Amino acid sequence: MTSEEPARRSTFSRRGMLKGGGAVAFAGVSLAALKLPLFEVAGAAQDPLGCRAADLSATQRSFVISNWTGYIDPRKKPGSTMSEFEQQTGISVDYTVDVNDNSEFYAKVKNQLGSCAPIDRDMIVLTDWMAARMIGLGGIQPLDKSAVPNLEANLLDSLRDKQWDPGLDYHAPWQSGLTGIAYNAAKTGEVRSFEELISRADLKGKITLLSEMRDTMGFMLKVVGADPRRFTEDQWHDALDRLAQAVGDGQLRKFSGNDYLQDLSAGNILACEAWSGDVIQAQYDDPNIKFVTPEEGLSLWSDNMMIPNQATHQANAEKWIDYYYDPEVAARLANYVNYICPVQGAREAMETVNPDLVDNPLIFPDEETLAQTFDFMPLDDRQQAQYEKEWSDVTAG
Amino acid sequence: MSDTERRRGKVGYLLLLPAVLWLGLFFVVPFYSLLATSLFDQSGSDFRGYEMDYAFGNYVDVLRDYWQPLVRSLLYGAIATAICLVLGYVLAYAIAFKAGRWKNLMLVLVIAPFFTSFLIRTLSWKLILSDDGFIVNVLQAVHLLGDDGRLLATPVAVVAGLTYNFLPFMVLPLFASIDKIDHRLIEASGDLYAHPVVGFFKVTWPLSLPGVVSGTLLTFIPAVGDYINAQLLGSTNQRVIGSVIESQFTDANNYPVAAALSMVLMALIVVMVLVYVRRAGTEELL
Repeated sequence: MTSEEPARRSTFSRRGMLKGGGAVAFAGVSLAALKLPLFEVAGAAQDPLGCRAADLSATQRSFVISNWTGYIDPRKKPGSTMSEFEQQTGISVDYTVDVNDNSEFYAKVKNQLGSCAPIDRDMIVLTDWMAARMIGLGGIQPLDKSAVPNLEANLLDSLRDKQWDPGLDYHAPWQSGLTGIAYNAAKTGEVRSFEELISRADLKGKITLLSEMRDTMGFMLKVVGADPRRFTEDQWHDALDRLAQAVGDGQLRKFSGNDYLQDLSAGNILACEAWSGDVIQAQYDDPNIKFVTPEEGLSLWSDNMMIPNQATHQANAEKWIDYYYDPEVAARLANYVNYICPVQGAREAMETVNPDLVDNPLIFPDEETLAQTFDFMPLDDRQQAQYEKEWSDVTAG
Repeated sequence: MSDTERRRGKVGYLLLLPAVLWLGLFFVVPFYSLLATSLFDQSGSDFRGYEMDYAFGNYVDVLRDYWQPLVRSLLYGAIATAICLVLGYVLAYAIAFKAGRWKNLMLVLVIAPFFTSFLIRTLSWKLILSDDGFIVNVLQAVHLLGDDGRLLATPVAVVAGLTYNFLPFMVLPLFASIDKIDHRLIEASGDLYAHPVVGFFKVTWPLSLPGVVSGTLLTFIPAVGDYINAQLLGSTNQRVIGSVIESQFTDANNYPVAAALSMVLMALIVVMVLVYVRRAGTEELL
């Protein structure tokens, strides 16, 4: 009894001391954390010319590319476009498929790019709006025009005048696609316009829209009579109100990422906003799924090859760009990936590669279709934050 | 005597060192980074940077703008936890007391779904609950659902998904508690003329409380923060706080709001858990 008591008291006081010490450390660290520059976030904007690395291409015959999945023909197979590139140039390609989402990829590399540190990649492939943002951030190296003559000669005209890089100084489209409407012809009649999609009574609760802000808001701006390439803040709010009304009416089942096709085939939804490449692939399984050009037009987008700051194999990466802008190579790639081929002359080359696809308007859209396409105005970082917040407040219901 | 004690004390602190370093590095530092971010000036951006502004107004903003998803998350988490408790208790009781030689096999079966990915398991619920699927058709036939009724994209689907995904976290601690209960105590209650139901509430239930407490905590805490179920099985009207945080962080790049929301969520959960643990008196139970 007597031997137990002091022991117990000592444990108690030790615990008390730990608690006290913990509290002091807690307070100390918290003050330090709030003052320490470590936790202030400096601006990430850079000057790309100040973040160039020495080009080792001449001695190191290799380069690293980060791309999306399913975006190239089987790479290791003899006769594939990539293995032929490696044979022709003697450059070995470290091809990784680690881009799953523009925002996620941005979050992953932002800190390095923002502090002028290498991201260990020589080429990244990102969608228009994120490409615009990366270029705005100063994280992308200008291309050496003399190294990529095929790009200048063969890029489709409708992909040329991007507001965020009109001179093609920083980017080269890898593949392009259209955003339009898909519907299940076995269960409902044709849906001709976006306006119809968000208001037709028999589609109530049976449609989805895409959760990418620019895809959906581009069409909403068209619906309220604005131009997605040049709109005012008032027009933005009109379009957003129109969308909020459709959400409030219960017209939408949900905003979807890339899981809408499953719902469309299963009959959970009858029609939806959709990407062209997805629809082609779904049509192999279910011919009732149709893609239509809405009366409002089509949104045309690209995923773009770019060379990040501190890349050490720029010349090798430029060889790759030039190679894939050869019409014959582009046709062979398009034969496999089924997105819109951004290369002029690839359609003629497709005659020998796979005659079945020559007349597919979702791989080689005609002039008339391309004339109806639009893209989305580039946003500065303040607009980006404000619009994304307002957008997510509506889509949150 | 006091010498050895002092030496023992030093050894104790040394043994604490790895844990303290670990917590300092992977909990305290990120936690303060989060706290600091939640007080940054919201008008900052990636390009221009964020400045420390002691903007406590961020907290007012997020509570005003996002109280609905916050309440919804807590509600879905609580309902799913309650259903898990009922289902899990029956299951754990059956495995512990009635399974006999099948006990080990049944335990493995409880864990078996973990062998497939979380996403795949959740996506397969889309097939099970789809509008033209068996369950919806049956419910429509017995008029529990209208002809236009559906389960997907409703709160029912979200709670069902949460319940399914977190059930094993409830069953395992419950099983561990129930399995340890001495059968003779239950028999004794019968010998004293207690009805089996009374015996359950007087003997089995109190003895299984440690499992109940740890099971509900292990289910409730992750269920509140989960947003995959709401994203895949819910509609826009079932957005939970996890998706709001995610979209504020990755899409809107509004780090102060995302951080303030995370802090609020964390504080709410800590308070609720503290109240719950105080009530249940776990200090003695665990």
